[in-house]
Amino acid sequence: MPQTAIAPGTNLDGFLVGERIHQGGMASLWTASHPGFDFPLLVKAPVLSEGTDPAAIVGFEMEQMILPRLSGPHVPRFIATGSTGFQPYLVMERIPGPSLLPMLTRLPLACPEVAALGARIATALDDLHRQRVVHLDVKPSNLLTRPTGEMVLIDYGLSHHEELPDLMGEEFRLPYGTAPYMAPEQVLGLRRDPRSDQFALGVLLYFFLTGVRPFGDPQRLSGLKRRIWRDPVPPRRLRPDCPPWLQEIILRCLEVHPAWRYPTAAHLALALRHPDQVKLTARSEKLRQDPFTTVLRRRFADRELALPGGKTPSRSDGDAPILAVAVDLSPEAAPIAGILRSMVAHMLPALPGARVACLNVFKLGRITLDEQVDAEGRNRHLQRLVELRHWAEPLGLEEGRISFHVLQSPDPAGAILQYVNANHVDHVVIGARASSLRRTLLGSVSSQVAAQAPCTVTVVRARRLRGADFKDEPEDKGEGTWTVG
Amino acid sequence: MRLALLADIHANRLALEACLEHAQARGAERLVFLGDYVGYGAQPNEVLERIQAEVSRGAIAVAGNHDQAVADEQESMTTDAETAMAWTRGQLGREAREFLASLPLRFEDGPRLYVHASPQTYPPWLYIREGRDARRALEASRAQMVFCGHTHVPALHGITATGQLVSFKPVPAVPIPLPIHRRWLTVVGSVGQPRDGHPGAAYAMLDTASSELTHFRVAYDIQATATSILQAGLPRALAARLRKGF
Repeated sequence: MPQTAIAPGTNLDGFLVGERIHQGGMASLWTASHPGFDFPLLVKAPVLSEGTDPAAIVGFEMEQMILPRLSGPHVPRFIATGSTGFQPYLVMERIPGPSLLPMLTRLPLACPEVAALGARIATALDDLHRQRVVHLDVKPSNLLTRPTGEMVLIDYGLSHHEELPDLMGEEFRLPYGTAPYMAPEQVLGLRRDPRSDQFALGVLLYFFLTGVRPFGDPQRLSGLKRRIWRDPVPPRRLRPDCPPWLQEIILRCLEVHPAWRYPTAAHLALALRHPDQVKLTARSEKLRQDPFTTVLRRRFADRELALPGGKTPSRSDGDAPILAVAVDLSPEAAPIAGILRSMVAHMLPALPGARVACLNVFKLGRITLDEQVDAEGRNRHLQRLVELRHWAEPLGLEEGRISFHVLQSPDPAGAILQYVNANHVDHVVIGARASSLRRTLLGSVSSQVAAQAPCTVTVVRARRLRGADFKDEPEDKGEGTWTVG
Repeated sequence: MRLALLADIHANRLALEACLEHAQARGAERLVFLGDYVGYGAQPNEVLERIQAEVSRGAIAVAGNHDQAVADEQESMTTDAETAMAWTRGQLGREAREFLASLPLRFEDGPRLYVHASPQTYPPWLYIREGRDARRALEASRAQMVFCGHTHVPALHGITATGQLVSFKPVPAVPIPLPIHRRWLTVVGSVGQPRDGHPGAAYAMLDTASSELTHFRVAYDIQATATSILQAGLPRALAARLRKGF
């Protein structure tokens, strides 16, 4: 048993150490408390003794650098760092509740459960990637759930921070990671691509869906490299009830080349939450692995092909944003809808990875249980979808880059904001009608969205001649029309 | 204690003043000048006056190759640098020359070593451009942290307990923790003539208490500085390169 200077009852600069809850080869974990913090704490101390893996201390140093820079619900809150004698330690928030590890005993899970879990993990990953960190060790034991439901990623010992020296990458010749989950580029030593985490998530979803790991649990580097040229058995072969869209998503995450996966984890979360909007390709239909000749060709292809080239996308760069375009389909807003479309058309060439979500709000005056009205409502809903597609058609975006959503709510601005928050939208484009006196005094959908959205909002207006300002206009009529402005 | 580390000022008064003001606003308690106060630029006297004043108030300053070249005409240089050096020699009075001649080549400050180019002996003045150079430089010194300039390109290199080398291009204004049981070599970049494609004046700050290093880029009036170089009759290329940062 490696010796550490930390034991139950030790006082670490005011933090009282409780029981040891984990002793691994790399680190020991202890519960802790402090009068200044009213939530459970955790002390993490690297194992330092003759013959321990040097990765233990390097990983600890990386976590010590990265954790204080992270914030938000998807990471454990950093509290303090220090050392007692030669033993360094890290104090952080302890997330109560188990990791996903106990779920392994009840695999395979139902398809909707796999998709919902995947969406929550992808949302957490996107949050992390926005903070310039690639986790590089996404696996069930590193995923915890907050009592409030958010997925929390723990253990940043193998992670890469875009703005910090990568001690882990330089220290070791061999790739570090967890064998079943490691992305091909990570196996080859590339540690800066956020899409590596998508691959690990794809492995996890495949495993949870089928009960089988897609690439097994190889113990040697040669076995790890096999995933570069050998594709996994398609999930639908092991799990005939897996819907094509779910196989499409999982196999896209497991693509060898990062550029063939989703541009960002937010795009992946969006796909998992909107199965009807997933563009199905040959991936979704596959029932067997690639033929032997294809595999052989890949196996002996130029190694350059296996190595991802080009610019590594940076999540914080925002070159693959999710754009939400709020389109007003009412006849009186037709001119602004056209200006809105040309604005989006001008923006898209600069954002080749962008995904566009076209939104329209179906304004409901009241909740109705009348079946006939409900059926009529469904028809009008479909009609709105048709109109949205018609509006977007001149943009010429291929399926998979654009989706259409008709939201139902008595409060258009609230519905748009809810969508923006739930789907981690990066940029809202919304039209505003001429600012009449009434709108200036009472507020408008676009101004409410602009004021409250957690992201960039572009408000598009038709250029008016001076002097036409503040001309009053008639009240909105009818509950079915939604007018932005 | 917060140390501001400034190198390769090269007779660029406005860049120096902008960096000093920036560092002061961020609580710098001690200034460390890593050499090359003159050469290339058109304000050698103004810059030396300021450095001398800071040294008399406790700042540390070591000599660089351009500072040595003022007295030693044998120092080899590029054509433009040689032209500027010949002009500089004509500008400097006795007091400035004596100040330059009095500067040490290295200064040890506890666990830190300050040099202009590298801890190895000179000549030649070595450029630390890649990991190998940094490894040799760290092997030539026992200091835990080495700070230098000379390449005009900010960089951070670290050597670990197991002998591995980490090289990193610092991101401006992002503090980097430097664990004290590792060895580090920092190239702070150039105040007066950056060459990494960014025209902003470069310097670095070390917080010795938290062992955190931060590189900064500071805006200064490049237009006015370029004009002064042209008005002094110095090579046009020396003015043009300031705008491009190369």
